[in-house]
Amino acid sequence: MTRDAAHLLPSAEPVTLIDPDGHPVPQVGHSMPDPQALVRAYAALITARRFNDQANALVRQGRLAVYPSSHGQEACQVACVQVLGDGDWLFPTYRDTAAIVTRGVDPVQALTLLRGDWHSGYDPLQTRVAPQATPLATHLLHAVGVAHAARLRGEDTVVMAVCGDGATSEGDFHEALNFAAVFRTPVVFLVQNNEYAISVPLARQTAAPSLAHKGIGYGVKGERVDGNDVAALLRVLGDAVDRARAGEGPQLVEAHTYRVQAHTNADDPGRYRSEDEVAPWLGRDPLVRLEAYLGITKLINETDRSRFVEHAEALAARMREGLGEEPVADYRELFAYVYAEPTPQLREQQSMVADEMAREGTA
Amino acid sequence: MTEKLTMANALNRALRDALRADDTVMVFGEDVGPLGGVFRITDGLTAEFGDQRCFDTPLAESGILGMAIGMAMNGLRPVVEMQFDAFAYPAFEQLVSHAAKMRNRTRGKVGVPLVIRVPYAGGVGGVEHHCDSSEAYYAHTPGLHVVAPATPEDAYGLLRRAIESPDPVVFLEPKKLYFSRAEADLSKPVPPIGRAVVRREGTDATLIAYGPAVPVALEAAEAAAQEGRSLQVVDLRSIVPFDDETVCAAVRSTGRAVVIAEAAGFASVSSEVVARVTERCFHSLAAPIRRVTGFDIPYPPPKLEHVQLPSVDRVLDVVDELQWEYA
Repeated sequence: MTRDAAHLLPSAEPVTLIDPDGHPVPQVGHSMPDPQALVRAYAALITARRFNDQANALVRQGRLAVYPSSHGQEACQVACVQVLGDGDWLFPTYRDTAAIVTRGVDPVQALTLLRGDWHSGYDPLQTRVAPQATPLATHLLHAVGVAHAARLRGEDTVVMAVCGDGATSEGDFHEALNFAAVFRTPVVFLVQNNEYAISVPLARQTAAPSLAHKGIGYGVKGERVDGNDVAALLRVLGDAVDRARAGEGPQLVEAHTYRVQAHTNADDPGRYRSEDEVAPWLGRDPLVRLEAYLGITKLINETDRSRFVEHAEALAARMREGLGEEPVADYRELFAYVYAEPTPQLREQQSMVADEMAREGTA
Repeated sequence: MTEKLTMANALNRALRDALRADDTVMVFGEDVGPLGGVFRITDGLTAEFGDQRCFDTPLAESGILGMAIGMAMNGLRPVVEMQFDAFAYPAFEQLVSHAAKMRNRTRGKVGVPLVIRVPYAGGVGGVEHHCDSSEAYYAHTPGLHVVAPATPEDAYGLLRRAIESPDPVVFLEPKKLYFSRAEADLSKPVPPIGRAVVRREGTDATLIAYGPAVPVALEAAEAAAQEGRSLQVVDLRSIVPFDDETVCAAVRSTGRAVVIAEAAGFASVSSEVVARVTERCFHSLAAPIRRVTGFDIPYPPPKLEHVQLPSVDRVLDVVDELQWEYA
């Protein structure tokens, strides 16, 4: 059995709707998102950038244990959330905290993992945001399962499953695409190709023409999009979500972007890449690009901009305030959430700690 | 009302009854659909419940379990089959890093009520990768329940309990016992997962076993009785949670104990049992607790598996060495 594969192939070049100078780029088959969506994305981009800056500062102040920044990738962070409905799910990685905040999760709860007081700080069922995954690609299968369950239950939920370029080398990436395709599961896989898996460049990750080409082997349509162009992302991801919701199955979207900062604060990018390589990407900044477009098209004015900045500043203040307080860590939680009912052994261990603390006067 | 049936029949009945009782239960894996599983445990389920409730997946164990985790996160109760013990290893990361930890990671907000059925252990002449005893890997992972039935009645009851459990359960099915027949009363209320049972009363020493080693222990007790020695047999049934109470009461009542398990002995469930019992019952012991386990080797080829498997003779030899000269 052979099927025509042409319709599964991504475009030769990543879809771009706004060029780095802010000028619209006409594209066959991909229209510009409506102006309100772009203005909303702009406000969210300002907040996401401020969030990244503030989180980096909090690491320097010792308030966060670690922060994998998405600076320069904010267009992906914003667009992958903005195309979702309230009932849809987001499956983020450890680098997607800005996306989680864009989804509406309280920034302090979103940073609980990275502060180190618990593994996840928000309620996934309430927020429809899965816990941030640290192992690569494993969560893509959970995304498939959530979407499959939703379909079996007759709900029209779509799941946005986000990963990086490194994750595409993992077995679970392939299993997730394959399962999603075989079961026609409503999942949009967004690969944020930021060119590096810590220090290993894309060329060492794959020999494929693009990561979006990987879809064809599973019968999944692949698409490439400029990951620093929020307009193109909103269009491509939005269409993928619509198709998934309509029962047309999963899609793989590769966003071409770049990690302009270090992997985390523990990383030294100077050991594996040159400043010359980074410099051109600074000129393709997603926030600057959209701002230029909105200026040219006069979709916003200075009052709007100040309002957005003010909102972002309020969020940053909330982060400083929330993370300035020492978290209250309750040892009983260590034993409470291993099973629905603690085993006799866990009860015993918990009382042992309680006794220790009583003796030390720290209870 | 008792009836005579095999463990395979009992497991099939448990799945069928669970699917009937709760429409969020889903059964899937490799070959579990029209074929009914390579051991026919899922026989007839697709025909009765349709291919949305019992279905075949692509051949990928991590995929099966990873998808099951997502389905459990979204309100369903997946029961997945791993076909053979050693084929479950590709799913190990999903099991250890996600299924076991989801409740903990989310501060109790999201549980993953799923069952991983693993046809396990040897004694069936299986070739490489078909006979591993993998319980220690699972038992070492906080967040998982691990059970291993030894009778058709327990197989039915424990599987029903496992499917109802709000937490992930690794359900180890001793392949060697699939087609052994016994009287069973499936309507009998089953105690929750975590209770051991005394299978045979005895006063001289306690044999502690689980899964495929239980019939070996019972046979050894029968043989010992012919020689005038009264051996008690405890069937753990549940490895996690571990029933310290029943096991320790049994060992205290006899003062001597032997743990029997098919798995390699080093860093194993049998070592854990010895450690726990020694810590709790030291002053009741008349002799060191001994073990009869598999050797610390990869599971042997079929022609040599009889050397690996704990035999009645090996158990009786060890029982003879339990320092009977001391009261």
